[in-house]
Amino acid sequence: MSRLILGPFNRVEGDLEVRLTLADGKVAAAEVSASLYRGFEQILRGRPTQDALVVAPRICGICSVAQSLAAARAVAAAAGLVPPPLGRVAADLVLACENAADHLTHFYLFFMPDFARAAYAGRSWHEQAVARHRAIVGEAGRAAAAARVRLLHMLGVVAGKWPHSLVLQPGGVTKSVDQGERMRLVAILADFRAFLEQRLFGDRLERIAALDGPAALAAWAAEQPPTTGDLRFFLHVAEDLGLAEWGRGPPRFLSHGSFGPPGASLFAPGRWRDGALLPLDLAELLEDVSHAWLDGSPAHPSQGMTEPDADKADGYSWCKAPRLAGESYEVGALARQLIAGHPLVRGLVGAAGGRGNLRDRVLARLLELALLVPAMEGWVQALGGAGPFCVSGEQPKNAAGVGLVEAARGSLGHWLTVEGGRIARYQVVAPTTWNFSPRDAQLRPGPLEEALVGVPVAEGDDEALLVQHIVRSFDPCMSCTVH
Amino acid sequence: MDDRPAALTVLWLQAASCGGCTMSALGAEPDGLVAALDRVGIRFLWHPALSEEGGPAALAILDACRSGHQPFDLLCIEGAVLQGPNGSGRFHRLAGSGEPVAGLVAALAARARAVLAVGSCAAYGALLASRNSPTEATGLAYIGEEAGGLLGEGWRSSGGLPVVNIAGCPPHPGWLVETLMALSLGELGAADLDSFGRPRFWANHLAHHGCARNEYYEFKASAAAPSHLGCLMENLGCKATQAPGDCNLRIWNGGGSCTNAGYACINCTSPGFEEPSGAFLETPKLAGIPVGLPVDMPKAWFVALSALSKSATPERVRKNAREDRIVVPPRRRPPT
Repeated sequence: MSRLILGPFNRVEGDLEVRLTLADGKVAAAEVSASLYRGFEQILRGRPTQDALVVAPRICGICSVAQSLAAARAVAAAAGLVPPPLGRVAADLVLACENAADHLTHFYLFFMPDFARAAYAGRSWHEQAVARHRAIVGEAGRAAAAARVRLLHMLGVVAGKWPHSLVLQPGGVTKSVDQGERMRLVAILADFRAFLEQRLFGDRLERIAALDGPAALAAWAAEQPPTTGDLRFFLHVAEDLGLAEWGRGPPRFLSHGSFGPPGASLFAPGRWRDGALLPLDLAELLEDVSHAWLDGSPAHPSQGMTEPDADKADGYSWCKAPRLAGESYEVGALARQLIAGHPLVRGLVGAAGGRGNLRDRVLARLLELALLVPAMEGWVQALGGAGPFCVSGEQPKNAAGVGLVEAARGSLGHWLTVEGGRIARYQVVAPTTWNFSPRDAQLRPGPLEEALVGVPVAEGDDEALLVQHIVRSFDPCMSCTVH
Repeated sequence: MDDRPAALTVLWLQAASCGGCTMSALGAEPDGLVAALDRVGIRFLWHPALSEEGGPAALAILDACRSGHQPFDLLCIEGAVLQGPNGSGRFHRLAGSGEPVAGLVAALAARARAVLAVGSCAAYGALLASRNSPTEATGLAYIGEEAGGLLGEGWRSSGGLPVVNIAGCPPHPGWLVETLMALSLGELGAADLDSFGRPRFWANHLAHHGCARNEYYEFKASAAAPSHLGCLMENLGCKATQAPGDCNLRIWNGGGSCTNAGYACINCTSPGFEEPSGAFLETPKLAGIPVGLPVDMPKAWFVALSALSKSATPERVRKNAREDRIVVPPRRRPPT
């Protein structure tokens, strides 16, 4: 038995350390540690309710819109406000734009550069990987960075800026969109579609979106040489390295559902457990702090508090451990599309024994790009309709509310209690809180901790690249986690 | 490590940050941060979100920079520095080594020719240094408006500069890129910084300059609720007439700004913005007069001019101010 401590992790958002216990050349156990505590839940306490709209988005600069929307929805729920249809469509567009930018950033800037590392020299694809994906200088990364700048122009038009916009309000959005602005949005989306179709997919978005299972994916990949488009290149590398074999998480997934009016979501909410689709019910959600440097006992986030205790003996992370009916759940694009019923993702997860894996998590994100852009094109048209963008209402003195959102990297919830017009309690359960949670009181590991067990790490290999790929496949956001 | 020849090398470290300053910087026009800096030969020695190296390789770079074996020009710090609990810095330990980040930042600052605090957290502590914050957070050279911070009052880099504060939550990518360029050309001196260490080229403006709601401001035709087109100062908490920044002159993400999108400027470039005297999105008033008046404007004049301009507000401006779309267009008349 030996120990290996991995960190600092770069090309993830925020501060992460992974401690491995190795035996027989494999990971026997993993501990995932968030090494930064910022205390946002304490900072929010005592402020006027509406201040949540300013403070909460600043939990995270990459999921800023998702945090903003969760706060707006929590305040809206407390006040009984329902945004009008145009306000909802505009908010959907803002969130979709951030989701898409995050997926793009993850694939090109965070995930792919690892295949250009010297450790892979000698692989048939390595020269290509260096030319395209080497950190900072790779031409695909450069092209994606420019495409990202252009995509974010959309948020310049509809949200003023990104990150940390205040356009999303409990009653809708502060920005109406006129005809000229809509035409600019049409042009921006056309540019983004062209990037995806020419550079990432080498095919029409609609063809990617229509892939209905692993066989269709394999047939599509075989149509062109593996250098045609970055998705085919990734599939080729994944095949060569056997990436689908590794990083298996729990057979349980969760999604809050996303976009569209309640009850008719574009991506339906739900829970997936051992191959069965179940309704989403968060009543049995508890946050366990037994292995966090935090005081307290397991509590539902509507009742939870956050009190740091840096000296706690059993603590090894600043992250709480959310458990639903006592079990860990994986969240993210794979979970979202599995629960929404996309046939490709249903097929992939079925073929992988009902669990997520390294390759499929990445694939689900790219598939989602192909689903999001056509939906966004529709919403831009819809913004031309009549009606208000925002409604107003009185803020109650005493109330409670929940805001549920899907950030790019998974399910995000804000639980708010208002007393005397001020925030009495504010609890955030972020996507990476789910995925990178530490053990709970029953010593059940979090999803990443489970996904790393059995992964081969050679003696003396202090890079543990396969472990790094698995960590990044979750698209972690430690900034959100360690709010 | 980007080892191509460089006019200037930058080491970037994230203290207690949300990552938003990096995310904003990546939006540098027209083709992203790396390309913008490449044009003028500015390279990242290491950046946590961009570089290949992690783990032991990253620790080795940081160690070599700290010991002086690896020369570098500029240190960019993103995020507040956490000194708690009880001065130990353990609220933020460097993953992989376990050492408090606060000590590492101070050691690296001593080696840099110039130090940039990227964002209001690194500059002034900002939200993490607010009243209820448990983490003993500080900026590099200030806590709020108080000079000192992590590095101490009067601190100067080896190049003779105080900490350069690229304030903002987040800062505009152009503020960062252009500051780096000026440093690269040897053009940025202490006299180019304002009294809170912000580069004057953007901080000598007010966010109000160039605001598209200008006509509503002039006539005190105010928005009453979110999404209204009117001026945001009287009711909705806008501080653009006090806030340093050229936000409405250079414009964000290809065409936006806070006020353009209908929400208040919260003065995020200023120390102490995290503790407004009331709620962020409501204007505090005394006897119906906003407490925070435009800078450099005597109160009596503001009151007198407001009363006068309100009495002269055209019907068109008055009506449109309380709508989310223009309902009364300007009257058409032949050219004069």
